[in-house]
Amino acid sequence: MEHVDPLTGFRQDGRRVNEMRQIRGEIGVVAKADGSAQFEMGNTKVIAAVYGPREVQNKNQQINNQALVRCEYSMANFSTGDRKRKPKGDRRSTEISLVIRQTMEACILTHLMPRSQIDIYVQVLQADGGTRSACINAATLALADAGIPMRDLVTSCSAGYLCSTPLLDLNYSEDSAGGPDVTVGILAKTDKVTLLQMDAKLPMDIFENVMQLAIEGCKAIANYIREVLGENTKELEYRRGS
Amino acid sequence: MRGLQFPLNQTQRVRLQSALQQLQDVASKSTASVTVADTIPVSNEDGILKGHGTSELNGEVVATLCGVVERVNKLVYVRSLRSRYKPEVGDIIVGRVIEIAPKRWRLEINFSQDAVLMLSSMNLPDGIQRRRTAVDELNMRSIFEENDVICAEVRGFQRDGSLQLQARSQKYGKLTRGQMLTVPAYLVKRRKHHFHHLQQYGVDLILGCNGYVWVGEHVEVRENDMVVDQKNKLDETQVQSLVSFETRQFVCRIANAVRLLAALGFALLVEVIVDTVEASVLSNVAIKDMLGAEFYVQTAEREVQRRLSLMKRRS
Repeated sequence: MEHVDPLTGFRQDGRRVNEMRQIRGEIGVVAKADGSAQFEMGNTKVIAAVYGPREVQNKNQQINNQALVRCEYSMANFSTGDRKRKPKGDRRSTEISLVIRQTMEACILTHLMPRSQIDIYVQVLQADGGTRSACINAATLALADAGIPMRDLVTSCSAGYLCSTPLLDLNYSEDSAGGPDVTVGILAKTDKVTLLQMDAKLPMDIFENVMQLAIEGCKAIANYIREVLGENTKELEYRRGS
Repeated sequence: MRGLQFPLNQTQRVRLQSALQQLQDVASKSTASVTVADTIPVSNEDGILKGHGTSELNGEVVATLCGVVERVNKLVYVRSLRSRYKPEVGDIIVGRVIEIAPKRWRLEINFSQDAVLMLSSMNLPDGIQRRRTAVDELNMRSIFEENDVICAEVRGFQRDGSLQLQARSQKYGKLTRGQMLTVPAYLVKRRKHHFHHLQQYGVDLILGCNGYVWVGEHVEVRENDMVVDQKNKLDETQVQSLVSFETRQFVCRIANAVRLLAALGFALLVEVIVDTVEASVLSNVAIKDMLGAEFYVQTAEREVQRRLSLMKRRS
């Protein structure tokens, strides 16, 4: 299948090769959570809720000098094209939970909240490729909303290599085309990589191009997230009054 | 969804938007809000102290929270908005008992850990100062049970970081016959008074610093005259078990006013709460309609007027 039109250079969904899907973030979508956010990348839609820092539920998991971070990833039954019931805790979701947990733990200042626990719940409402990145972005927004101290904002974006061109932010059809798919998560300000996943082989020089493209995407998302958070903070402050 | 959910019609939407716009204009421009990883500008000549919500990165002061930058002399810190409660010694808080442990109650107070109220740091119901015996320990459940709502004061942090409470006065203790509301902790400001007796309604309002608000029937604070024989006590409880319909209505009205203000994100000050209640009574708004669209917009507009008049008075 032609994923990039050789004549016009457009992709199937009308994007250019280095163009991201439209992103949208919204804060405060779950009433009872300490922090919550919804993040959309094109048709991929993810909701995240953060609870905590709160008392550790399972006392023998308590860590004495830092907070315990837990993450649960799930996909809504209606999120994919064919509606099927997925058992909770299958391999894929366990793996993504772990990935999100590790990525978020890298940026949370856990030592400031000893003997407590932070729960991050992310659910995919609509899956169209790049759910991993969308989940991380949503979790970042939700954590910032919950007022949890963080080193930096983590943002994530994926990039692939199809038809001999690096493509930014793959959607489902491109993702399932079988080409290599690199998911990158970076700390936006310090330019540090906290997540890098690829399930295929790529020559070194091409990989660098693809990763560079993904990092550019991450930075664009970081700018957007910063904007959303800034607006939200301003609004809370002026509403509260002095 | 956070806040209240209801359809606003076209006029209401426009009115609400203009009210919020005015609030934004009224708000002082000097406040600097930051988000995570924003650089906080500091003049480098004088040494500065980095407070909460800041860290250092490549010689720059960087925020680790979303909030407002506050400067006190050399100290620079970020006051976070929507976050869990951060206790300070002397805060008055409302909490819920979740567990009875040996010699202590564990309370849920919206903090990152459970708070501890020791049996020894509260007045006994008979009002006598003495050592707590094993019998007292066994009778702990007669003082507070699980799921009781309690008002107490923050005593301090233990060496291991756990939070200790105390309730050494008659005004603290179990709260009954009322409603507990949960609001974001940043909406309650630390003031001289957190206990409010709204005389005109016969209602007690406790604005806990931890974002738990208690609205309940007024209770007279008794000064250590708790030594009453059992029979008298029984009579008393029977008489007290009737809360008048009027009072119950006022409790609900005040509770709804608090809910409404919290949904709008306005700071919870007693004056504002009482104002809202009075306005609802004056304009004959039913208690359930206080959480409706029209009153929501009206409250926003009233807040604009209040802040504008405050501004005028200051200048």
